[in-house]
Amino acid sequence: MTPGPLVAVILLAPLAALMGCQIVRAPRVAEGLNVIAAVLVFAAVLWLLPVALGGPYILLHGYIIVDALGAWVLLSCGAVYLLASLYAVGYMRARDEPQRLHRFYALLAGFALTILLGPLMNNIGVYWIAIEFTTLVSTFLVGFEKTRESVEAAWKYIVIVSAGISLALLGIVFYYWNASAHLGPTFNLTWETLRSVAPQLNPTMALAAFLLVFIGFGTKVGLAPMHTWLPDAHSEGPAPVSAMLSGALLNTAMVGIVRFIHVTDAVRLGALPRTVVVGIGALSLAIAALFITRQTDVKRLMAYSSVEHMGVMTLGFGFGGPLGVAGALYHMLNHSLNKSLMFFGAGNALRAFHSKRISRIHHVLSAMPVAGALWLAGAVAITGAPPFGLFLSELTILRAGLAGPNAWAVYVMLILLVVIFVGFLNHFRAMYFGESAPAAATGRQPSRSERIWCVLPMWLAFVPILIMGLWWPSAFSHYFNVIAIQLGRGL
Amino acid sequence: MFAAPLPPLAGSLFNLLAIVSLLLAFVMLGSRWLNAYLGAFAVQSWLIAVLSATVAHYGGYPELYGIAALTALFRGLVLPYLLLRITRRLNVDRELHERLSPSASLVVGGLLVMFAFVVANHLSTALGLGGTVAVLALTAMLSMTLIGFLLLVVRREVVSQILALLVIENGIFLGSQILVPGMPLLIELVILFDLLVAVACFGVLARYLVVHAGTTSSRELTRLVG
Repeated sequence: MTPGPLVAVILLAPLAALMGCQIVRAPRVAEGLNVIAAVLVFAAVLWLLPVALGGPYILLHGYIIVDALGAWVLLSCGAVYLLASLYAVGYMRARDEPQRLHRFYALLAGFALTILLGPLMNNIGVYWIAIEFTTLVSTFLVGFEKTRESVEAAWKYIVIVSAGISLALLGIVFYYWNASAHLGPTFNLTWETLRSVAPQLNPTMALAAFLLVFIGFGTKVGLAPMHTWLPDAHSEGPAPVSAMLSGALLNTAMVGIVRFIHVTDAVRLGALPRTVVVGIGALSLAIAALFITRQTDVKRLMAYSSVEHMGVMTLGFGFGGPLGVAGALYHMLNHSLNKSLMFFGAGNALRAFHSKRISRIHHVLSAMPVAGALWLAGAVAITGAPPFGLFLSELTILRAGLAGPNAWAVYVMLILLVVIFVGFLNHFRAMYFGESAPAAATGRQPSRSERIWCVLPMWLAFVPILIMGLWWPSAFSHYFNVIAIQLGRGL
Repeated sequence: MFAAPLPPLAGSLFNLLAIVSLLLAFVMLGSRWLNAYLGAFAVQSWLIAVLSATVAHYGGYPELYGIAALTALFRGLVLPYLLLRITRRLNVDRELHERLSPSASLVVGGLLVMFAFVVANHLSTALGLGGTVAVLALTAMLSMTLIGFLLLVVRREVVSQILALLVIENGIFLGSQILVPGMPLLIELVILFDLLVAVACFGVLARYLVVHAGTTSSRELTRLVG
């Protein structure tokens, strides 16, 4: 089967939901449209997964590429979109502001559309534009609550990311200029073209271009020291938006970095580019570890955990080889699901305790037994403890690193992971088993249906990470191997 | 780059336009008045439009005439108009609390240009293009990017921050007109459109800032730390 119709569903379903929400303007209809679009996208993405193995397919005059890497990233983005849409139903209903809900769902569908566009873009310039549009749409989701803090977060987000991403544009112009010496003045700069011309590129210029795009897209991925927008944006948006930002958006930007690393491998530059990538990954882990241990805000805690996991993924891709790529890709899917679970739990805690401050959250298990237990299990999982998916992927990345030239990073990563494990779970100990008296419940209690909507997505995220922790399907190994070969490192 | 060697007049014109655009970035660095920034940005955009037309004429890229017209229209008229509306609505006309005085930032800007020249010279020599128009184009491109970042750091009014981002964009656009004039038309069109949408989004957010945070200066945005 050709991937054309599936790609059409993936892109047109959110677009239809976006337009439907704007036309009908009824909150329940908007909710329904968004969930239907998310289900369609997820089904199409699942179907695309085996189809993409036969690829890469080039569609629409060379503007769309369907390859195994893109399909895998789409899977994690589609899964998060589905979970966030389901969770948003209960979470946003409880905000008691139905007159603005249709706009929220329109923005959410638009955000999903721009996220899903990224991994499919074949032309590098158009990919840059897709990433830029994710910022423009999601900044309004971050500022949706219109409090002083959320507007501040939205402003910092759009300014920092726009500035960072403009460096990526500069890098792309450099690549184009460098390649035009061999391909003539006018050509389409696709990933494949750049890869094929890479051995002839001038090394100095290619290094400068790579560093610029790495910093540029690294800003969007949230790698330290360009991560400063991330904790603000992730902590101030509504919980479903935080999940989308962390679980889907960062992955879309990561695709670009992975593809550029693979291009740069072909420009004989020695070990330097990969060492830079590994160094930035390790730095992200270090910064995250420092801020996680001293954190006082539960959503910022989750946000710094995203910085940590993006760092781990960057290490995986930086180490490279079939093992590194497999570990990083497995990490991507598991992190997407796990971080959604964590933000949903934080959203439920915010609802129950009316505060994001860790010191104001007590005895979570008595306030919300089922959701609390799931949140605690998720916290154990996200720190990389067995028997969950992230344990397996981190172990794989560590093994990949030991085989390569940057083995020092393995020890750094190991130490920092232990620090994060202790620091992160210490906050959960305080919230679950702390000494202080439970706060009196105030405000209106969520209705039964709202509670179901808020807990169901947590189960849907939790079960797969548990299964993937106990069993690494061999089909996945085959899939990662194909991706690694296509990336030119598995041969 | 250009296939055929350029006539000397064309080279001089490119150099002149690039240098004057760079000088206009210094006008922004040296002033506290938002209207001066806005004027400098508009003139800079017009110069870049003229540059596109010159490249179209001498380099033999007729499609760049269209880009020149669109640049003049969007970057030269629509964007400054949008920004003027934002400035009026926010009711601010000057920087009050910049982190670095205009005269000090001029000095820093000068140092940044020197750094940009060293990098540009090194890169051009590596590509075997030392001593051509590429060196100056690359210098202008890198220095405008760096000056944009400097403005972003030292200025605190929201309008100055938007303009700083636009200076970065202008710098990249200016450089790409000379270095990669054959860049596919579609990309350039979409980037222009993207700029327009971006400035509209910035405008809406700036209004949110005034209404919900009660400020037009990033100096007051200090709630979120740690």
